[in-house]
Amino acid sequence: MSHGGDRPAFLQHHFSDAEQQRESAKLGMWIFLLTEILLFGGLFGFYVFFRAWNPEMFINAHEHLNRVLGGINTVVLIVSSLTIALAIRSIQLNEKKKTMWFLATTILLAVVFLVIKYFEYEHKFHLGQLPGQFYTYTGIEGTNPHIFFSVYFAMTGLHGLHVIFGILAIGWVLWRTKKGEFSAEYHTPVEMVGLYWHLVDIIWIFLFPLLYLIG
Amino acid sequence: MTSDKSHDTHILPLKVYLGVAAALLFLTAVTVAVSYVDFGPFNMVIAMGIAATKATLVALIFMHLFYDDKLYLTIFIMSILMLAIFIVITLFDTLRRGDIYEQVGKPYKQDAQIYQTAPADSGAAGHGVEAAGDTTVSDSGSSHSENSGH
Repeated sequence: MSHGGDRPAFLQHHFSDAEQQRESAKLGMWIFLLTEILLFGGLFGFYVFFRAWNPEMFINAHEHLNRVLGGINTVVLIVSSLTIALAIRSIQLNEKKKTMWFLATTILLAVVFLVIKYFEYEHKFHLGQLPGQFYTYTGIEGTNPHIFFSVYFAMTGLHGLHVIFGILAIGWVLWRTKKGEFSAEYHTPVEMVGLYWHLVDIIWIFLFPLLYLIG
Repeated sequence: MTSDKSHDTHILPLKVYLGVAAALLFLTAVTVAVSYVDFGPFNMVIAMGIAATKATLVALIFMHLFYDDKLYLTIFIMSILMLAIFIVITLFDTLRRGDIYEQVGKPYKQDAQIYQTAPADSGAAGHGVEAAGDTTVSDSGSSHSENSGH
């Protein structure tokens, strides 16, 4: 406010101009995404090491995942990635109504993903295909089939948590778009949430073949 | 790199987004379809190749890495390299444990419920695990330390 009248309202006082503010946000976001990749990296390592120790068991156990539901969920996430990319494009063109529709569609698709995931989990709980010591299912050949389900629940569980946080984050920018805070010249939060959501999509792109398809 | 303001708010044509999404859906269909065919050791290579292609499309176009300052692309690639180093170096350990220990197949405790229920018929198996445990290097080591404690 005290910096003179030519500064837009969205520009915080510690940045010299809107460009610098946007670049800083983006750099911070990418460093955060790097830590996210390393966070999931631990679980990808978990998968690789235990698969190397139990190759046959992994192949036998993965047959018990429903690749049709997994495939549908992959399609759902890819379409949601498209809709959030289109939401960012719409706000760049100053089309607020369209932005809100695309953001709302993305949330809807994320909810569909979680509902399908719920039915998959429900089925596994019912059969006792649970992680670690809770594993009671006896229909899988090979040593230590419970380890496959530990990997499965750890990876899809952490990913599912990211989907839930994604829904909250997209809801937050949807609400701020509705209040008219974003425009063609300032929409950094929408872009940042978009980057996060695309990363959630990328992680699922790897989880799907690793858990459901490899045989 | 960011001096040009019009470059900064780079707006891609709608066709590009729809094209990338179509390519991603097509590749998903391909990866599901080929999973029903057995290519032996190439199963993993094909599935991971398709996943990497899809991830590259999302990162370069949807996440604008292709158009943005290459600093962000560098950060992204660095994270994947760090992950690859972490996994490969750990594999040097986990794949070579057989050179030292006799029981390669049991590097962790079997504590799932299926191994605890039905003790009647698994009595022999349970005893077998114990007997096998006595012969391992680590077990003799621990009994050694017990002796020295006495």
